Amino acid sequence: MATVKFQGATRIYPGSDHPAVDKLDLEIGDGEFMVLVGPSGCGKSTSLRMLAGLEEVNEGNIFIGERDVTDLPPKDRDIAMVFQNYALYPHMTVADNMGFALKMQNVPKAEREQRVMEAAKLLGLEEYLSRKPKALSGGQRQRVAMGRAIVRQPQVFLMDEPLSNLDAKLRVSTRTQIAALQTRLGVTTVYVTHDQVEAMTMGHRVAVMKDGLLQQVDSPLTLYHQPANLFVAGFIGSPAMNLLTGRIVEGGVQMGDYVVPVSREVLEKAKGEETLTLGIRPETFSVADKGIAVDVSVVEELGSDTYLYATQSGLADDEKLKAAQIVARVATGSPGRQGGAVRLGVDPEKIHIFSNESQLRLS
Amino acid sequence: MPKFISATPDSRLLPFPWDTALEEWPADLLVALPRGLSRHVVRFIQVGDSVYAAKEVIEHLADHEYRLLQDLKRLGCPAVEPIGIITGRRDKNGEDLDPILLTRHLEFSLPYRSLFTPGVRQETVSRLLDAMVVLIARLHLIGFQWGDVSLSNILFRRDASAFAAYLVDAETGRMHPQLTDGQREQDLDIARTNIFGDFLDLQAAGMLLDPFDPLQLIDSTIRRYEELWKELTGVEEFAGTQRERIEGRVRRLNALGFDVAEMDIETDSGGATIRIQPKVVDAGHHQRRLMRLTGLDTEENQARRILNALDSYRFRSGQSQVAEAVVAHKWLTEVFEPVMASVPPELGAKREPAQVFHELLDYRWYMSQREDRDVPLLEAVNGYVDEVLQELPDEALGTENWDESEDR
Repeated sequence: MATVKFQGATRIYPGSDHPAVDKLDLEIGDGEFMVLVGPSGCGKSTSLRMLAGLEEVNEGNIFIGERDVTDLPPKDRDIAMVFQNYALYPHMTVADNMGFALKMQNVPKAEREQRVMEAAKLLGLEEYLSRKPKALSGGQRQRVAMGRAIVRQPQVFLMDEPLSNLDAKLRVSTRTQIAALQTRLGVTTVYVTHDQVEAMTMGHRVAVMKDGLLQQVDSPLTLYHQPANLFVAGFIGSPAMNLLTGRIVEGGVQMGDYVVPVSREVLEKAKGEETLTLGIRPETFSVADKGIAVDVSVVEELGSDTYLYATQSGLADDEKLKAAQIVARVATGSPGRQGGAVRLGVDPEKIHIFSNESQLRLS
Repeated sequence: MPKFISATPDSRLLPFPWDTALEEWPADLLVALPRGLSRHVVRFIQVGDSVYAAKEVIEHLADHEYRLLQDLKRLGCPAVEPIGIITGRRDKNGEDLDPILLTRHLEFSLPYRSLFTPGVRQETVSRLLDAMVVLIARLHLIGFQWGDVSLSNILFRRDASAFAAYLVDAETGRMHPQLTDGQREQDLDIARTNIFGDFLDLQAAGMLLDPFDPLQLIDSTIRRYEELWKELTGVEEFAGTQRERIEGRVRRLNALGFDVAEMDIETDSGGATIRIQPKVVDAGHHQRRLMRLTGLDTEENQARRILNALDSYRFRSGQSQVAEAVVAHKWLTEVFEPVMASVPPELGAKREPAQVFHELLDYRWYMSQREDRDVPLLEAVNGYVDEVLQELPDEALGTENWDESEDR
């Protein structure tokens, strides 16, 4: 096991004028499950491949433990890419399917058997060790594939969108298994996904990337409650945070006929700016007497909650088309019907406020 | 309603039971062919005169593989030909079914397992691995990182005394503008592990006889790749007085079956040293030459062999001064076509024509040795058909040596 450190790591693809990964500084603790997440082209897979030794590092360094691995070939880095390929050999037993690569590395037989047994225990495959893969279910085969990586006892596991190649049934069960297994093994793991729900449910910490730049790295809850900028605010959370732009007025931000109160301290930070963006999670809204006036277009009753999909009231027709949809999760039985108008109130303490100039959080 | 995505629409595909999981398709629709190791359901189906491989796989992988196989085809890399994807499948209960990716079954191709009958010679195994080395190098030259190099993901075709290798499974592949050393090394590392697994599995199936040292074979395979890669892409520096070394490098590459489309040549200001590096090399040097001269489409080593026969015909018939293209045309009509016409058409599934011609050349050589005279090809053909070809298994569909129980 080991720590992983990216130090100003940069990758510029030949022929490209901007970096795919730009001066990435990221420290991953020993035994930590770190998820790199972001939209397509954000640099998350490139970062993982730089760590794996598959992409050159044009500037900066990468360390595994104390060792600078920046220029080491992949096989000398003591890492394992999980789920790269996992066709199983039909004539070999499950035990041999898990342990054959150790034989190639001349690991003595007794140690091989011990490592396979330990992995099988972790994966619940003990009783299948002497069977042929034909007798296994899809999920069990998947676990044998995990076993192959585990028996190698690498310092770091790397996983590049491992669930994207599985069918829907296996995806959910494998997600849980990977998280549980990582906790039990305690091996430092770097996991790449484009799916923020996967990131939030699996990672100890999540690094959000965009356009080759690290936006924020924090625990899932901190990302959710304290997004550092507008991108993270909009990316993390499902349904997404409402991002509403309004003019700065005395005491707050004007939204239609209502002024959303904003503290003097925050307004001071926005000096010189004309507008601010308010970030409001759907669940922090409630239907109230005072608040932002909206026209409700769709009501979704989910039993436990109700979702209102709405647009700000009082907008001209052409503004309506461009206006962001507002999503509110309110208590069942709240007023608000399709085609009706309500006011959505929110506790000012729970509003995230962002500068439109720097895109950064001000509150 | 299933949706068909294909560059070459084929209405004969419409009647197949796309609303049934591939695993449950009736046997009368299937062709019993060996399937490689795969985590997906794979079946072979007969469509008109062709056999297609059908693989049930989730949509984005089907799409990814279809596009990659099209790229490989466009770039002239040996790989199975993509036919299309069938998406939007639902079973009779309205449940979604994964899409099916269709590829054309490669005629006269042999999965490696069918070549490992008990008692297989180490030399044959070396030739298979040589073919694999050339395939990996060709893929790497065009920036394709395979991600799952293994014998199971390759189909082999006979190529004169050697084999030609074709990529079958591109699911884990990625196309890059150019591969880094790390990406190539990772492919080799995966190859090392997978081939070791392939050999152990053959051993477990009782198909490998001792003495057989998989590790030593694998190491020498990786070494051969590294030598080939160095020859294909390496920088060579020499004194300005040794200009013939430029020509020498081109000849060596030609001998390996590659043409040099672009070579970087740099000299220092005084011209004392020259530095050369091939920038663009294309496989198929002999194939292209034979195709240009005769229109015959063959594998690389078959082409090399036939070109040798053509050169020797030119010399022996006293036509050394006649234009090569003219001699080639005469050779085609006076030698190749009459010889091939003497092979009974019902034996057409035994070997490809170019392979028949190569084996016939071998047979004629042994016959001439035995009888201590120069046996004409047309005379040798009857003996070859009766003593050799007749006895060979059909390889057009490659179903020989296949144990049904291996099916997974």
